[in-house]
Amino acid sequence: MATAQPGLWKRHEIFEKNSIILLIGALVVVAIGGLVEITPLFYLKSTVEKVEGVRPYTPLELAGRNIYIREGCYLCHSQMIRPMRDEIERYGHFSLAAESMYDHPFQWGSKRTGPDLARVGGKYSDQWHREHLKDPRAVVPASIMPAYAFLDRPLDADAIADDLTANRALGVPYTEEMVALARSDLKAQLDPDGPGAADLQRRYPGANVRDFGGDKAKAAEIDALIAYLQVLGTMVDFKIYEDKKNLR
Amino acid sequence: MAAIPVAKYMTEGEVGLSLALLVGAFVCALASTYAVDAPFSFHMGLFALAGVAGIAAILKRYEARAYEPPPQEIDGKPNYNLGPVKFAVVAAMIWGIAGFTVGCIIAFQLWAPSLNFGLEYTTFGRLRPLHTSAVIFAFGGNVLIGTSLYVVQRTCRARLAGDLAPWFVVLGYNLFIVVAGTGYLLGVTQSKEYAEPEWYADLWLTIVWVAYLLVFLATLWKRKEPHIFVANWFYLAFIVTIAMLHIVNNLAMPVTFLGSKSYPMFAGVQDALIQWWYGHNAVGFFLTAGFLAIMYYFVPKRAERPIYSYRLSIIHFWALIFMYIWAGPHHLHYTALPDWAQTLGMTFSIMLWMPSWGGMINGLMTLSGAWDKLRTDPVLRFMVVSLAFYGMATFEGPMMAIKAVNSLSHYTDWTIGHVHSGALGWVAYISFGALYCLVPWLWNRREVYSLRLVEWHFWISTLGIVLYISSMWVAGIMQGLMWRAYNALGFLEYSFVETVEAMQPYYLVRALGGVLFLTGGLIMAYNLAMTIAGRTAADDAPLPANEGRPGTPVLAAAE
Repeated sequence: MATAQPGLWKRHEIFEKNSIILLIGALVVVAIGGLVEITPLFYLKSTVEKVEGVRPYTPLELAGRNIYIREGCYLCHSQMIRPMRDEIERYGHFSLAAESMYDHPFQWGSKRTGPDLARVGGKYSDQWHREHLKDPRAVVPASIMPAYAFLDRPLDADAIADDLTANRALGVPYTEEMVALARSDLKAQLDPDGPGAADLQRRYPGANVRDFGGDKAKAAEIDALIAYLQVLGTMVDFKIYEDKKNLR
Repeated sequence: MAAIPVAKYMTEGEVGLSLALLVGAFVCALASTYAVDAPFSFHMGLFALAGVAGIAAILKRYEARAYEPPPQEIDGKPNYNLGPVKFAVVAAMIWGIAGFTVGCIIAFQLWAPSLNFGLEYTTFGRLRPLHTSAVIFAFGGNVLIGTSLYVVQRTCRARLAGDLAPWFVVLGYNLFIVVAGTGYLLGVTQSKEYAEPEWYADLWLTIVWVAYLLVFLATLWKRKEPHIFVANWFYLAFIVTIAMLHIVNNLAMPVTFLGSKSYPMFAGVQDALIQWWYGHNAVGFFLTAGFLAIMYYFVPKRAERPIYSYRLSIIHFWALIFMYIWAGPHHLHYTALPDWAQTLGMTFSIMLWMPSWGGMINGLMTLSGAWDKLRTDPVLRFMVVSLAFYGMATFEGPMMAIKAVNSLSHYTDWTIGHVHSGALGWVAYISFGALYCLVPWLWNRREVYSLRLVEWHFWISTLGIVLYISSMWVAGIMQGLMWRAYNALGFLEYSFVETVEAMQPYYLVRALGGVLFLTGGLIMAYNLAMTIAGRTAADDAPLPANEGRPGTPVLAAAE
């Protein structure tokens, strides 16, 4: 590189002879694109709008979501329905930004080795999910999903209130009441006849309160996971959602 | 020590690092004791042990070392510090084999799900991040760190800056790899692709990475050449950009400082774009800029020709690093990300084709007047074919970033095929070329143990890549077309599981392609191990011009 360069090319020497100027130059150049593309997402209407029905996850759903993350489900299942005819017919209404606004982190995924799960909630029975997770080929013979029979073990969620607190610190609108009652809410969601069921549904409108096919006295990991799967895509009621309102 | 007449002192660095490791080990041991979950306890224990081992290593080194620090020059020639480079090279070889093996396992799992064995530790969901991290960060990362610490010394004609710092970088980086990899098996992940490690591993990597940047910069400051060599521009851009991406994408709130779980700072659409801003530029800066730096040093060295165009290198350097950053949104076409951001991402992705090919052209044209070497030198052939794959992948990428194409290709195995044509064809091949050059140089051997084995490696792995990417093209495009197929009555033609069934033969071919690639990697490991051991295959003369490919008897003789 030491050959003498005429004219404009010689100006480039300042970068070649000074490592700090080269470093700062590179940093400035690589910062621009991200700033232009990412910053507006924090204030544009279409990305920060609130949509009726979208609420924070119940403690049980959040615990289930953490199992979904732990097992790497997102590696084969997307949660993002694109606005194309075949996807809408196969999976349901295309996904809205607001539907994942409390998802720390997002679970949109990048691959569909298995089907999209953005609106899997309510599509199958709890029992189907239970059998499918334990042995996918028992209900879908051609499935290539791993068996998750080990999710039968007890759910370790004694500290679930701390999880809500961390989410709250990041801006998820959990109230102090929700945090304080997180542990009892987690159990209450499995017991529709229990004393906490009505209060839980007041705090988390539309939450499914049932045993999800398991033992309501002993929450298992699989119960939490099914609770999460059954709420996916069900928070927004598209009968009353106005598409046109959010045209961008 | 008392018998030694001249006093021997520990340096400030030795004392300081020992104390820092001692404090760190103590804190980690406490954290391990009071941890709220088993993986965190295990990892903190691992950190504590590593800290103690580090102190022991510093003390042993102190006992063995000379009184004075190693000289900067011997007989007027720079006294290069090659120990950390050697470590990184061996680590790269070992991690490479591990990463390819896990890749083969998960490829077979998609063909035969019983290979998940019903154990939580061996499910696809936990092994897949292990595969991607092992090949990208463990294999690729060690190649990058090893070559960069070598190239920066040679091109600056100066000994590596720092005494313990380079060792801290290579050992600390590999500790990060171990923590990340074991974490995946134990279910510790923040689920951001290629950024799965949890907050404490991320913090550790940040410390190591800053040390890496400082070692690299301080060596540049010691240079005897007025100009910074072009390879070092790319290394520097890679190091500093990865630091920026890593820090922003991994901002998170730990649930407790005594547990592994954290919640990433951003959510939903913001998190999605920040993740793919990170994710695509892990490709752009880790897997491209860093490996272009390797290309800029090793291709001219091996071909014994100067770089084709100095001006092209300036233009494509700045254009590449400027444009790559914008390309992230093409991972989010037709999602809830605003349209303008998708279109911007698409536009820059297409424009990116040009600086990418600028790099390819600069590398390929460096062979002007030396093309005949391709016939006789399989090491150079690895590097040239890597540039061809680079050119192919950087054409395919912009094409797949076009929204209309992406509507078909997204979510399918076409993406997996595309990634592997870049990862196997470009990144791994340029790495193999560099390793085959570097190992004889580092261990003072005339040449690798056997060039014939390099030939075998080349052809077996090339066949593997061809099987891999062609099967994934067919599978991916077929998958995309089946998902959107309608029958005459206007209903969806296929259920989802029918599209899964249709993938089976292609998944098998892909897995077999992977096995061939792994076989090539094993041949390389054997060849390089023999080179390090100082062996030379008996009659490993350069191939005669009329012998296109080696036959089995020749190989037998070589062994």
